[in-house]
Amino acid sequence: MRKGSTVLPSTERTRSRRAPQRPGDRVFSGLSTGAGVLILVVLAGVAAFLVAEAWPALIAPADEVPGPDGIVLYIWPLLFGTLLAAFLALLIAAPLAVAIALFITHYAPRRIAQALGYIIDLLAAIPSIIYGLWGIQVLAPLTVEPAGWLEENLGFIPLFAGPASTTGRTMLVAALVLAVMILPIVSAVVREAFRQTPRLHEEASLALGATRWEMIRMAVLPFGRSSIIGASMLGLGRALGETMAVAIVLSVSGGVTFNLISSGNPGTIAANIALEFPESTGIAVNTLIASGLVLFAVTLLVNMAARAVINRRREFSGAN
Amino acid sequence: MPVTTSSERGPDLHTPLSGVPLTHGQLPRYAAQFTLLAAIAAGIALTLAGWNPAASAIIAGAGYVVVIYAWSRTVEGPRKARDRLVTAVVTGAFLLALLPLVSVIVTVVGNGIARFDVEFFTYSMRGVVGEGGGAYHAIMGTLVVTGLAALISVPIGILTAIYLVEYGRGRLAKAITFFVDVMTGIPSIVAGLFAYALFALVFGPGVRMGIMGAIALSVLMIPVVVRSAEEMLKLVPNELREAAYALAVPKWRTIVKVVLPTALAGIATGVTLAIARVIGETAPLLITLGITSSVNLNPVDGRMATLPVYAYYQYVTPGVPPEPALERAWTAALTLIIIVMALNLIARLISRLFAPKTRG
Repeated sequence: MRKGSTVLPSTERTRSRRAPQRPGDRVFSGLSTGAGVLILVVLAGVAAFLVAEAWPALIAPADEVPGPDGIVLYIWPLLFGTLLAAFLALLIAAPLAVAIALFITHYAPRRIAQALGYIIDLLAAIPSIIYGLWGIQVLAPLTVEPAGWLEENLGFIPLFAGPASTTGRTMLVAALVLAVMILPIVSAVVREAFRQTPRLHEEASLALGATRWEMIRMAVLPFGRSSIIGASMLGLGRALGETMAVAIVLSVSGGVTFNLISSGNPGTIAANIALEFPESTGIAVNTLIASGLVLFAVTLLVNMAARAVINRRREFSGAN
Repeated sequence: MPVTTSSERGPDLHTPLSGVPLTHGQLPRYAAQFTLLAAIAAGIALTLAGWNPAASAIIAGAGYVVVIYAWSRTVEGPRKARDRLVTAVVTGAFLLALLPLVSVIVTVVGNGIARFDVEFFTYSMRGVVGEGGGAYHAIMGTLVVTGLAALISVPIGILTAIYLVEYGRGRLAKAITFFVDVMTGIPSIVAGLFAYALFALVFGPGVRMGIMGAIALSVLMIPVVVRSAEEMLKLVPNELREAAYALAVPKWRTIVKVVLPTALAGIATGVTLAIARVIGETAPLLITLGITSSVNLNPVDGRMATLPVYAYYQYVTPGVPPEPALERAWTAALTLIIIVMALNLIARLISRLFAPKTRG
């Protein structure tokens, strides 16, 4: 009050000015912005360096690159194998993941639900090389007998045409291992969405006399639908890029076939790189990098679509 | 029995209302548990009778589902029956998912315990043919490469998270958030190819170095660190920041002295989990580091051995006789799984013991 007349002009001035920028502030905000930009640069760099190293293979004459008929026919069976294994894995994993997410959020006793979530997350922590060793040591021999049965009784379906592999190193086993590996990531995202289902929706449907399943079908699943789609695509992205497990488990002959239980399977891009890269030189390396570029493009598209779907739900979730 | 009106005895629930009964039967309280016990007993009986254990487990499970559904449908009606059916299926799916986890752990421990000895942790593979030898060089290599990757990723990751939470506005922040999410989905082998392509342009083709592996792992690790650090920084209550600003503390000091310490436990948990994720990566190291049988701790000097790649090569190129190499592969896998589980446990402990101080 006493100093009012003298202070007033200066507060007017500070109010019109922005908060003072100290040197420390400038350095710190510069550093953190730089780190953020660096990430974008790295992502662009991944694409740029892959293109740079793949270029010699892309412009090379068809008889210099490995494989019989040029780079496109070299990569195509691999891409086919990659997509087949990944979609098959997703087909197995997605329903299971939704069921697991439902169990943890709506069926398990409250007190142990969180611990059960941790246990499922542990599945994600196991390195892929160990899944590969497990797949070839334990899972593959287990499937030999059922695969023989499938060939005998369902052999008219092209998927089970056989001849059944005697080692079990088949596309079916590769897809099963991949399914186990993507299960935790899919179920984690779906779980998060189910947990955010508005409590009032659930209680309202229970109050109307719905059973627990009817409540889930009417309140929880519609709310989580786009998350289920997004999570499945995330899982698909993971399965597309998974390397070591497939490299160890799958026995490759290179042809394009839907036959799941024979020992002649198309390879996958990632596994092929891991298997061939250490012994390759010259143009063969460039060809492998070109196939890696294809894989990068495919996973990038799948992941971007998945994130777009998940983010869209996030924007709406508050209003629902 | 005297006739009473329904208003004295409560509503009459037994008279059908235009043909629809107002109540219906209910299974006894422990019906589900007894059916389950019976199914388990039947499964054990089948196994004892000489059936394949897996087949009898499947038959027991399916039998339980069918019996509980049919029983509930006759007594309780179709809606309740379907509810019980779904409960059984969902629970079954969860138990099914636990099978591979248990099986993996049992297999790795069972096969790996044989060579889990002192020699394995103190010897390299230099000059070893057949029996003996160890993974000392691979364990050290893994520590060096993962340590370097953490050294690169943690500052970048945390600074990016700070940018996103404290500074980021507008399209740049949105783009970074989106592409960090997308980056979590980069296949590990592509990260390895990126590191190779980067160094091949500088050093020429065929280059193998420890630092290449560290850079490949960083590409995989940075988005995980950013994500978890961002979540934790968002949990810091705004009142703390406002209190600091009210005391005329500059923004950067507020972040360093108030925001970061509050979120430290959560960030440490996230970093530990990120390390656990990349320490088992095989594919990028396979193509950037290769393998060697001697100890090499210099990350800018040629090939290095790492534990996952070591396990891979011991398994796929065992030599003659194969048994010693296969045993080494399984022991390497066991070591890896112990490291990863320990890191996960440490992360949970950090977040439990030093929970974010959001109150007081």
